[in-house]
Amino acid sequence: MNIGIIVFPGSNCDRDCAYVLSEVMGQTAHFIWHQETSVNGMDAIILPGGFSYGDYLRTGAIARFSPIMDAIAEFAGRGGMVLGICNGFQMLLELGILPGAMLRNRDLSFICEDRYIRVENADTPFTNQCKPGQILRLPIAHAEGNYYTNPVTLSALQANAQIVFRYCDREGQVTSQANPNGSLDNIAGIRNPAGNVLGLMPHPERGAEHLLNNEDGVCLFRSMISALEKHKTPQPV
Amino acid sequence: MKAKIYITLKNGILDPQGRAIQQSLQTLGFGTVGEVRIGKFIEVDLSETDTTSAENTIKAMCEKLLANTVIEEYQYEILET
Repeated sequence: MNIGIIVFPGSNCDRDCAYVLSEVMGQTAHFIWHQETSVNGMDAIILPGGFSYGDYLRTGAIARFSPIMDAIAEFAGRGGMVLGICNGFQMLLELGILPGAMLRNRDLSFICEDRYIRVENADTPFTNQCKPGQILRLPIAHAEGNYYTNPVTLSALQANAQIVFRYCDREGQVTSQANPNGSLDNIAGIRNPAGNVLGLMPHPERGAEHLLNNEDGVCLFRSMISALEKHKTPQPV
Repeated sequence: MKAKIYITLKNGILDPQGRAIQQSLQTLGFGTVGEVRIGKFIEVDLSETDTTSAENTIKAMCEKLLANTVIEEYQYEILET
């Protein structure tokens, strides 16, 4: 599969994603500079983590207007798979492809540590190789991961199984203590109604290799590849 | 013309920075301190000469980029310079 990784000034997980996709998953990763205007030929797109534009104004607020973003919105609109990780998730929120916004972490600190998340929906192109309720240990690294949305949107997210990952403890209990950043309803990742766009704060690409003593992130990439093998993204006519 | 734009978190949205500063001020003995809210202040120079048109421009800027209206609200003043 051809996976496009969008590179912004300040991206810092782009190479980690490319490494995992090519060296661990055996796929072809393509770096796409944010000034490009096309994602043609790609089977899926990853918006990687980092500090695009230095997080100026708000996280993802300026990256959201990068020239490539129209092509990504169009790609997502015709069913293309888009995965936003950390800063990439923040961009998807600013773009409005996913609902809600990120606030500063409850305790104001930048949190960089492993956290447990529970797979709340294993019937998505990003989680079909996970078990329902599976607990993943993945690194988080952010200062703005405190997900917020209005009560109406939250109800819709809950009702449509759009909450794909929730922060939990080691046993899989979703508690306020297991919530690292104050995120509403312990939300760690959500999808769009159609299911082809996922944003999550934890970093699956930082836990996808035996050498790193963590392979929990592999199930996301394996899911994406499996979904693409079954269902190729339609290319523009 | 010059626009002064103030962006703050909407009422009801927890402002952890404001809360930390509130506690700090109270610890320093400023006993009359109530809620503290933190925001952003942005100054924009405009080459426009018409106040109404400048106002429309500033509103559009706030809606499109400067404020995220999911969580923030904005106020502005336009000054003749």
